[in-house]
Amino acid sequence: MMKSTLKRVMPQIIILALVLAANVLVFPGFFHIEFQHGRLFGNLIDVLNRGAPTALLATGMTLVIATRGIDLSVGAVMAIAGAVAASAVTGGAHWTLALLMALAAGAACGLWNGLLVAIFRIQPIVATLVLMVAGRGIAQLLTEGAILTFNDPGLIRLGAGTIAAVPTPIWLWIAVACLTGFVIRRTALGLLIEAVGVNETSSRLAGINSRVLLWAVYLVSGLCAALAGVIVAADIKGADANNAGLWMELDAILAVVIGGNSLLGGRFSITASLLGALIIQGVNALILLSGMPVEFNLVIKALIIIAILVIQSPRVRHSLYLLRASTGPVLRDRPARTAPRTRQEEGQS
Amino acid sequence: MPEPVLHARGISKFFPGAIALDDVELALYPGEVHALLGENGAGKSTLIKCLTGAYSRDGGTIALSGAEIDPRDPLDSQALGIGTVYQEVNLLPNLTVAENLFLGRQPMRWGMVDHRRMKREAREVLRDYGLEIDPARLLSSYSIAIQQIVAIARAVELSGKVLILDEPTASLDHDEVQLLFSVIERLKGRGLAIVFITHFLDQVFAISDRATILRNGRVVGTRRLADVSQTEIVTLMLGRALEEATHHRARSEPGELLLSLRGYGKRGSIAPFDMDIREGEVIGLAGLLGSGRSETANVVFGVVAADQGKAELRGRPLRIATPREAIRNRFALCPEDRKTDGIVGDLSVRENIILSLQARQGWHRPIPRARAEEIAQHYVKALDIRLASLDMPIRLLSGGNQQKALLARWLATEPELLILDEPTRGIDVGAHAEIIALIEDLREKGMALIVASSEMEELVAYSSRIVVLRDRRQVGELTGHEISTKSIVEAIAAEDAA
Repeated sequence: MMKSTLKRVMPQIIILALVLAANVLVFPGFFHIEFQHGRLFGNLIDVLNRGAPTALLATGMTLVIATRGIDLSVGAVMAIAGAVAASAVTGGAHWTLALLMALAAGAACGLWNGLLVAIFRIQPIVATLVLMVAGRGIAQLLTEGAILTFNDPGLIRLGAGTIAAVPTPIWLWIAVACLTGFVIRRTALGLLIEAVGVNETSSRLAGINSRVLLWAVYLVSGLCAALAGVIVAADIKGADANNAGLWMELDAILAVVIGGNSLLGGRFSITASLLGALIIQGVNALILLSGMPVEFNLVIKALIIIAILVIQSPRVRHSLYLLRASTGPVLRDRPARTAPRTRQEEGQS
Repeated sequence: MPEPVLHARGISKFFPGAIALDDVELALYPGEVHALLGENGAGKSTLIKCLTGAYSRDGGTIALSGAEIDPRDPLDSQALGIGTVYQEVNLLPNLTVAENLFLGRQPMRWGMVDHRRMKREAREVLRDYGLEIDPARLLSSYSIAIQQIVAIARAVELSGKVLILDEPTASLDHDEVQLLFSVIERLKGRGLAIVFITHFLDQVFAISDRATILRNGRVVGTRRLADVSQTEIVTLMLGRALEEATHHRARSEPGELLLSLRGYGKRGSIAPFDMDIREGEVIGLAGLLGSGRSETANVVFGVVAADQGKAELRGRPLRIATPREAIRNRFALCPEDRKTDGIVGDLSVRENIILSLQARQGWHRPIPRARAEEIAQHYVKALDIRLASLDMPIRLLSGGNQQKALLARWLATEPELLILDEPTRGIDVGAHAEIIALIEDLREKGMALIVASSEMEELVAYSSRIVVLRDRRQVGELTGHEISTKSIVEAIAAEDAA
């Protein structure tokens, strides 16, 4: 089991290693970590810390995409959750209550999306587009159009504090990812989600409760987004309804895609998506550290990501496969070891 | 003898853990219909895919009109002269007939598509195929048979040397098959070499000149059909003589009443009916296409919820509105359309086999890997499912093996009532006989079965009772000595049957 997981995520590990190596090239002290004022500092820690929101979103997004869906609303849900938490603490609530309220808001958003997708059978991209647009408006209503700042140390600790010298967001995303992965793979949920993603009709006729499953994945996605929203708000000590989580849904989808998960649903790997999130954050760090003028950032990021996707494309992978296959002696009397995909399939995926 | 128009020699193809094709030779002469025969998994589809470039072959040469070719993909082979038409028509139903015929090579006028000319030329082309239809109408407005002929016309117009027909008759009725055959005869007259793949041996003998028989990826013989009998062909396909599917009249008495339906039905789907099913009983559902066989199966299994009538399971009232509820009550349904309603294509054979069992157990009680392996192995052996590995995606299995894997999925749930909708459609004679034997065997063990089938001989062979349907309504029931194909046909045809 462990070995097959490792094989599955090997491309992502290699790409992450390359991105980190490039970081060392432009900034030799990249791996340097020091301990100051009871907290670990260093660029690597930064990547893990700054990558928290994307990693959290990618966890939920992986499950949604595995069911052949997509959740465009996560960025807006982040804004809502941040606004809910901020208005709760400014209204005098304890920070734990504020966190719970934010999570409840995220859950409600997820249930709303799930309702549209699982019950009303609206296409996921359209269904979640509703909340993507409306959600930011709801957040703005909550903050009354202003950036709602707060000083509650408990809430701030979630975004800017540390636990055992490690920034809290790192603990949070690792904990959520481990918990989700554990629940998914130690139960049959993973199999059932994949089955629904590949063929929902067959799955329903086989007795799988596809409605509840669909509902559940959007719920998880909403919860993950809410936690990411609280972290982002806590980090800047305020809820910015206009900018919190802006375009984050695209980073999350990208992380899932870099993780090699098909947008057509089915087989998925949360680990690979998390590596995808770290790759994106690694690229961000690379651009920052290389000292390039900021206006180049997005273009360079796009170029690097295109390169990553091309390397993972079926055509390049097939060429690599042929390259490997042609180096050894070809045994005609023995079957090949890996399934040669038909050319049609390669064109589709 | 003239030069073969297509000559494939030494074609080999390896799949993980299996040799799919081993040194296969196929020679096609102009103006012949050449049947390609073999059980499911014998390598017919793989051979076609190698010839058309859908698969890259691992060995061998293909010569077309004497010149060696190496098609990269189906488009390439089409341009070279090899056209293929599949069972599922792969045209665009949302375009007109003319657009489908000329897609990619529309006649142009001033940089725009010349619709008038396209329509005129389409009409002329189709007249050559004996079709007088309006090419400006949507393809989807015509029957599957017409669509199939349009697909053939397109393939022939684009290619013109070799035409491969992969199970073209699977979803056609008798008259439509005749229509298709007349088209094939015309094309034969034009000197095309035609490859014909089908599971219907009668059709092979009706239209083909020669046949090449494959077994386990090898050619076991090429015969002139005028010189051989059906039995000989079947023996070649199976590698053993086929036992006649006989009707065992001496059967054990049915057991206790399992399911009792009264006035059960769904408006717009199936008229209310009564049905009693006992343990150890096979109820056959007979009727023409669209007569309500599948609808009956679906309403019993809760695929569509009944909106009237009562159901009792072992005397206790029961309500089934979803497949989940049916499965919880130990019902099982093997649907008619394997691909869209049955298999979960990208998941492994093992996962497909345990899927229903897992769904019934609930997500929180996963079946351990070792147990899943054991269950899957058991059924692979018991049902003789041929595969390279349990880890391979089920979509890579041949049709008959997919069907057996689906049966395995349901048998693993240990059902008390097993509903089979067209269990033998599109599978070869070998698997066909095995599935019929399995139905007998399950009945002997006391399972209750409902089997919907369009093959009356088959129903006669295994049914304890036969329910006859017409126009989505039960019109008769045959028991005991009344059961024969003749009486089924009479019941279907009887105008005044209640």
